Amino acid sequence: MSEDTGDFEGYGGRHVPEMLEEPLEHLAEAFDGIVRDEAFLEEFRSILRQYAGRPTPLYHAENLSERWGGEIYLKREDLLHGGAHKINNAVGQALLAREAGKERLIAETGAGQHGTATAMAGALFDMDTEIYMGRKDIERQRMNVFRMRLMGATVTEVTRGGEGLADAVDTALEDFAQNIEATHYLVGSVVGPDPFPRMVREFQSVIGKEAREQSLEQIGHLPDAAVACVGGGSNAIGLFHAFRDDDVAFYGGEGGGEGADSQRHAAPLDDGSDDVIHGMKTRVIDDDTEVHSVSAGLDYPGVGPEHAMFRETGRAQYRAITDDEALDAFRTLSEEEGIIPALETSHGLAMAKRVLEETDHETIVVNLSGRGDKDMETAAEHFDLG
Amino acid sequence: MSLDAVFDSEEPAFVPYLAAGDPSYEASLEYVEALERGGADVIELGLPFSEPIAEGSTIQSAIVRALKAGMTPERYFEFVEEVDVDVPIVCMTYYNLIFQYGGSEGGPRKFVERAADVGIEGFVVVDLPAEEADPLREACDEFGLDLIFIVAPTTTDDRLESMRERVSGYVYVQARTGVTGAREDVSDQTAQTLDRISDWDVPKAVGFGIKTGEHAERIVRAGADGVIVGSALVDIVAEGHEGDEPVAETAEKLEAKARELKTGALRGVGAAVESE
Repeated sequence: MSEDTGDFEGYGGRHVPEMLEEPLEHLAEAFDGIVRDEAFLEEFRSILRQYAGRPTPLYHAENLSERWGGEIYLKREDLLHGGAHKINNAVGQALLAREAGKERLIAETGAGQHGTATAMAGALFDMDTEIYMGRKDIERQRMNVFRMRLMGATVTEVTRGGEGLADAVDTALEDFAQNIEATHYLVGSVVGPDPFPRMVREFQSVIGKEAREQSLEQIGHLPDAAVACVGGGSNAIGLFHAFRDDDVAFYGGEGGGEGADSQRHAAPLDDGSDDVIHGMKTRVIDDDTEVHSVSAGLDYPGVGPEHAMFRETGRAQYRAITDDEALDAFRTLSEEEGIIPALETSHGLAMAKRVLEETDHETIVVNLSGRGDKDMETAAEHFDLG
Repeated sequence: MSLDAVFDSEEPAFVPYLAAGDPSYEASLEYVEALERGGADVIELGLPFSEPIAEGSTIQSAIVRALKAGMTPERYFEFVEEVDVDVPIVCMTYYNLIFQYGGSEGGPRKFVERAADVGIEGFVVVDLPAEEADPLREACDEFGLDLIFIVAPTTTDDRLESMRERVSGYVYVQARTGVTGAREDVSDQTAQTLDRISDWDVPKAVGFGIKTGEHAERIVRAGADGVIVGSALVDIVAEGHEGDEPVAETAEKLEAKARELKTGALRGVGAAVESE
């Protein structure tokens, strides 16, 4: 077994009920076909350019660099259509679904960013789109719910379990199993059974490819480190992948909630154990921990299997970033650069701050994976902006 | 009694499913015992997991009720020790719970050891592909338990072979794909799947969507050695719970439904119906 079959040194795999095996095998075959199909790839790249707004800039954040030390470069995925990196993957998978003759897209969403990206792709390719979203998240991300509905998607409230992202995933998997013929489950991160982790990685790897070229061009050399937030981990993998064989250190900031030593966090890499969840073997938070993060997009008990592998092999390091650290970074970037990051992204920024404080890395690229407009209500409350 | 002994008999086996602890520990004990009175030959007893994949809404709701009522792996083992049935119990669950039970070293051995200890005869692990099942297979061999795999109409030949190498007890044949899929003739599709595994040396039990004695009869006529029924029984538990029915009344309904299904299965081979 290898990564080409979804095996990340023992993590990953396809832990699903038998009836999902064959449809996933079909999907894997379709994916293996399209990644070698130059016509498909050209259409994909063209949509990313013309519709989504690629390439995104690599921005030298000088004010922030002065404040935190080092040289900080931001990969501006927040400038993409929809306001986050999620569109890269949504377009890729929707194209693949269309090629495979599917008529309907379903997706789970936490912060609503992936749901929004899926709704965009659904509108663009004229496919029925249904988004599953936990009740808790619908409440805290109302603007994204309105956006999805405006673009014609059905947003279905998930009221079971903890009413969060994990419950939305469960519900979407059920829908998928029941409507397999005509439906594509557009998984939003590098999680779930094979082929999703490697497929989403492929569609997101454009982030790192651009960032690598831009580094060489603008800085004159590769960065010392690449940093990103990690929930499921798609923006992090997207950034890391192009630098895998380089002498570039990787750091991931997880949703640390009230701290990795508390019972309320979403940091399975920092504080969790090996387990099987949502069709993959990976790291999962322990049973006695309640999954929690101030950021809806990081509020997930597991993580992509490739990150579990990177942690195990030491290729990347991961730390739980607390809600307070993330909010602090959220405010700092807003004040210093006039860029309001998503709360998810703020975990990556806070991680970058730690890297600059605790290591001798000088030049770092941070994936500014999304913009923070959707988080204004949380911010207004926290910082008393009213 | 072992699973082998059950399937050695000439009669088709009736294999009902309930989620342990649904809707409460005490009521669930009564319900499982009612299944045996109704003619169960093996009981597939679900150990509920909080992140099930692709269960239909009926089973999903049962899992939620059982978890809400406090079911855990440890409570489950106590349940199996306490429940008063003589027929073999097969634990149906997700790999997460089996793996987690191993504590810091992980792995399935500790769970299997404890299961053997309380008298469980085998496992059906919904999300464990045969290719990944070797550690569990080894633990099952060590403690003398069976490991059952699920074959779907869509299962490829390669995957059939990996299951065949590792299966024991019986094979669970899914009668059709999906939960609300096209209603093809169940018995035709079943016969096709059974045909593909006809030379396996384990008994073939067929499940999914079997709700009446007549369905059971047709499934047996199509060549099944056993009939697995879940949703039709869980529905009775759910209705009893929602209607605030006395536990004894729901138990009676379960027993009657079980008898209907068992009788239907027996008709499938033309065997005589045991009088109660």
